Amino acid sequence: MANVAMGEPGTKAESSGAVDTPPVVLDHVRMEFGGRRVIDDLSVGFPRGGISVILGGSGSGKSTILRLIGGLIRPTAGRVLIDGQDITDLSERRLYQLRRKLGMLFQGGALLDSSTVFDNLALPLREQTRMTAGQIADEVHATLAAVGVSDVDRLLPGQLSGGMLRRVALARAILRKPGILLCDEPFSGLDPASTKRIESLLTGINRQWGMTMIVVSHHIPSTMRMAQRILLLMGTRTVEGSPGELRSSADADIVDFLDEEPGTAPGMAKE
Amino acid sequence: MSNPVSSLGHWSLRVVQQLGRMAVFAVAMAAAAVKPPLRVASFVRELYKIGVLSLIIICVSGLAVGMVLGLQGYHTLVRFGAQHSLGAVVGLSLIRELGPVLAALLVIGRAGSAVAAEIGSMVATEQLDGLRMLSIDPVGLVAAPRAAAMLTAMPLLTALFIICGLAGGYISGVGLMHGDPGSYMASLRANVDFHGDMIGSLIKSVAFGALVGVVATYRGYASAPTSEGVSAATTSTVVIGSVSVLLLDYVITALWGV
Repeated sequence: MANVAMGEPGTKAESSGAVDTPPVVLDHVRMEFGGRRVIDDLSVGFPRGGISVILGGSGSGKSTILRLIGGLIRPTAGRVLIDGQDITDLSERRLYQLRRKLGMLFQGGALLDSSTVFDNLALPLREQTRMTAGQIADEVHATLAAVGVSDVDRLLPGQLSGGMLRRVALARAILRKPGILLCDEPFSGLDPASTKRIESLLTGINRQWGMTMIVVSHHIPSTMRMAQRILLLMGTRTVEGSPGELRSSADADIVDFLDEEPGTAPGMAKE
Repeated sequence: MSNPVSSLGHWSLRVVQQLGRMAVFAVAMAAAAVKPPLRVASFVRELYKIGVLSLIIICVSGLAVGMVLGLQGYHTLVRFGAQHSLGAVVGLSLIRELGPVLAALLVIGRAGSAVAAEIGSMVATEQLDGLRMLSIDPVGLVAAPRAAAMLTAMPLLTALFIICGLAGGYISGVGLMHGDPGSYMASLRANVDFHGDMIGSLIKSVAFGALVGVVATYRGYASAPTSEGVSAATTSTVVIGSVSVLLLDYVITALWGV
């Protein structure tokens, strides 16, 4: 896998020079599961305040990159840096402190299924702040309203539709206003209307709060609309660039990949 | 093909590694349980699920075991003309051995497996990773209240099992076999020692509660994030928990004679 730095000249598509120190950097990262190499010598930086989308086939290591950034798994080799701090060897206790800078939208929502929507959102505020019950309720309701699901606070996650569940999970991820938001397949399994709604929510949050967003997606139309930078994982090759740069690329693999319908690109599993 | 000695070595190393991880997990859980915020509501909810929802199975099983003990004991004692000692036989058997062990085995099957399955499914659906990303330690939030509830519920359920067993022994020995009720109660009162027998029983049940709590939560926590992983966690909780209880029972009895 080639080394690329988003915001710096890429391996395939040329990109503009770096303007700021990337808040998230992967430095010569290698990741193996049971002897199988999923990521091999990947070096990449994600630009501050931008929306970066990671595209690639199933098993190409997209979600693994997010889990590495979140410190949920540790790389076999290489370093992961968050705001310049190497998190590779941090203790679990230090990682908990560092994760306050991060929010993560999981593919399945990852909400506590035996707690109501309200309790799911209130939990981190109860655990980590000295806010009163009233302040917590105000904050939770404001965040739910911001993602357009203000009337579901008493429901259990299992009672929500796929689109609503994703928006509630997004509300939980942005509740603490993290500087970096990681989104794992935010559009998978959603109808077109819900996909557009999530897409506009993500772009709106990015514009309003300037969050650095790293999104893993299979959905090429949404990716092309919202991404400022794209990291394309294609087996042993990694290509990086802006949507325009990748669209105008003459590389046959890139053209093939981007022209496929969502979920049917080579090596991609249909969702 | 690896040779048997090598396989045995690898297996032994894996077992030692698992034991070490479980011990580290148990220490982390104990530390999380006493660290603020104390999760009282969560503890009470788990105590209800583990303790209250086990009441029927404990009462029915205790009664059945006591009735069998009463019948078997009566038929054996009557051969020696010692049927007046039935209360002592039933009482000592239940208090010293059968009560703590059988109650623990029943709780493992009903509640331990449920705890492992619940935590395992939380692993499979990334709920624990979701908590980690919120900077919330799942050991403190999810595992510790369940283990603490198991530790608390086990002695209470054991006491209930013993009481039901004594009643069962009375029903079969006195009610069905027409033994003398006064002798049953008198031999029970005369032979059961509070310090030697009751405290010993309590120590066993507390030890079993701690053991089952750690095994069930750890097996769920360390399960593979798949439906097969959840199933394996549930099965291994019952198997490992049951065998561990029986082995620990022997160790406690051999070391302290209780």
